[in-house]
Amino acid sequence: MKKIYCHPKSLRNVSTHYCPGCGHGIAQKLVAEVVDELGIREKVIAIAPVGCAVVAYDYWDFDCSEAAHGRALAVATAIKRVRPQNIVFTYQGDGDLAAIGANETIHAANRGENLSVIFINNAVYGMTGGQMAPTTLLNQKTATTPKGRDAKFHGYPLKISEMLAVSPGVKYIERTSLHSPQEIIKTKKAIKQAFLNQIEGVGFSLVEVLSPCPTYWGMPPKSALEWIRDVMAKEFPLGRIK
Amino acid sequence: MTGNEAIAEGAIQAGCTFYAGYPITPQNELIAYMAAHLQDRGGIFIQAESEIAAINMVYGAAACGVRVMTSSSSPGISLKQEGISYIAGSQLPAVIVNIMRGGPGLGNICPAQSDYFQATRGGGHGDYYCIVLAPASVQESFDLMRTAFELADKYRNPVMILGDGMLGQMMEPILAKGEGHMAYGNHKPYAISHKPKPWALTGCKGRKPNIVRSLYMAEGDLEKSNLKLQKKYKAIQAKEERWEEILVNDAEVVLVAYGSMARIAKAAVKSLRSKGKKIGLIRPITLWPFPNKIFWRLAVNGKRLTFLVIEMSYGQMIEDVRLALEGKAQVEFLGRSGGGIPTEEEIINKVREFADNNLTNSRTRELK
Repeated sequence: MKKIYCHPKSLRNVSTHYCPGCGHGIAQKLVAEVVDELGIREKVIAIAPVGCAVVAYDYWDFDCSEAAHGRALAVATAIKRVRPQNIVFTYQGDGDLAAIGANETIHAANRGENLSVIFINNAVYGMTGGQMAPTTLLNQKTATTPKGRDAKFHGYPLKISEMLAVSPGVKYIERTSLHSPQEIIKTKKAIKQAFLNQIEGVGFSLVEVLSPCPTYWGMPPKSALEWIRDVMAKEFPLGRIK
Repeated sequence: MTGNEAIAEGAIQAGCTFYAGYPITPQNELIAYMAAHLQDRGGIFIQAESEIAAINMVYGAAACGVRVMTSSSSPGISLKQEGISYIAGSQLPAVIVNIMRGGPGLGNICPAQSDYFQATRGGGHGDYYCIVLAPASVQESFDLMRTAFELADKYRNPVMILGDGMLGQMMEPILAKGEGHMAYGNHKPYAISHKPKPWALTGCKGRKPNIVRSLYMAEGDLEKSNLKLQKKYKAIQAKEERWEEILVNDAEVVLVAYGSMARIAKAAVKSLRSKGKKIGLIRPITLWPFPNKIFWRLAVNGKRLTFLVIEMSYGQMIEDVRLALEGKAQVEFLGRSGGGIPTEEEIINKVREFADNNLTNSRTRELK
């Protein structure tokens, strides 16, 4: 008999601290599966963000560094330059990558650093209690937009992937989602592409993953998936951006 | 060579292979020297998009176990403080150069020593210290770089070089080849060691994964980690105090100054000695750990002694001098800031002034 599926070697056999219905567990498992399939576990160095996924190193079973809030791509830049033989990736949320770390994100991308970026967009700050993120949708209620995001006061959902795509330093950007098994399979394929690009020296690659946060969206997990499909994916269209 | 260039060359010769920086006056010769030379000599140079990015690049490179450095000047160093705190919390070795300018705010680009508090009290958030070295000449700027990198590696701790715009911009000839590294005060030069760093991020081939972190959420974990840091700081304080002393043994007045300021103080000592005054100088080379031993040694020998602290600030190091002396001697102060530099003449006048005041005071007492 042939074994066709098992627990990824790159994922520790522990329970995560994520809320029920959260997308982080799925996304991190996909990363672990891709790392296993490419046979790069012993070469990988991951950079964990500040946010809900900060202790990703408790779940992944490979070398990992923390980074200050927003600075993951500065840290990753240095690690990859010092150790080009390693596979270096960041795993960042929307607040980390697109608000406090927007400068580091833009400049690492524009330098064309040969890195892979997994960008988890759940339209909200999770760890601090559900405040407005740069990607929060218009009218979406959060702890800091109690009446809903109003463009007049809070500006618009930031499409950082589209912004990054205009830089010649950026080689690959795809937006995917975790709202259905089909989309999860597509997400894994995109993550694999981002790693393959790095292995082949192609350059800066980013996968934006729309990910559910039922806790701070104030809805049951199933409705959160539907909300991605019906609302969020309208604002952030899925597919290859570059 | 300028002081800034000497620091850069000293760093390269001490094995620095990664530098990230952002332009700011008066340290621009340093980043330019690194840009011109580091890459050609096998290292990595990155002009970062901000001081914040630069210090976080330094954090990343340090996590890989190579010798790393960044440099800036006062406002830029303020921006780096969060990163320095993370470096200290994650126990990574790194060298940070601050060529101080006038503050607060944007201040000006004149030499100053007003970042002493920031440098010697950690600077960022949390209970930690940087080892702080203060060179006083271009040669010493070059020489101390080896010490800086060795101390950083030995203690897995950030080391700060605290200079000022005068030192950074000043040109002096230096011995910069081979064993150019000289001894200063009680400090012997280090040989370059390259001890293995088993904690570094290299990929987990043949070992358990390494994690570089400063987050300890479980109950009691952070306290345990902080106690480890405190133990390390105690060891540094016990072993690494460095200073230069000049003519202090028979002195009745001891000047205390560091960096560029110590050179002017030294001239004042020379001038007053030529007039028969018993005056000496202590030049702290490590500002943290502060060289308490020499102060205590002089304070408890029973002689009446006055210390005159001279700074390009309105009085920061003076607090450490007072703490070192524990009230056992009189402490006077002379300081200017915002571009003002105490002159040799002002120092001499100040010495006369408090010597005269003492006289006046004793007369007043007699009259009463």
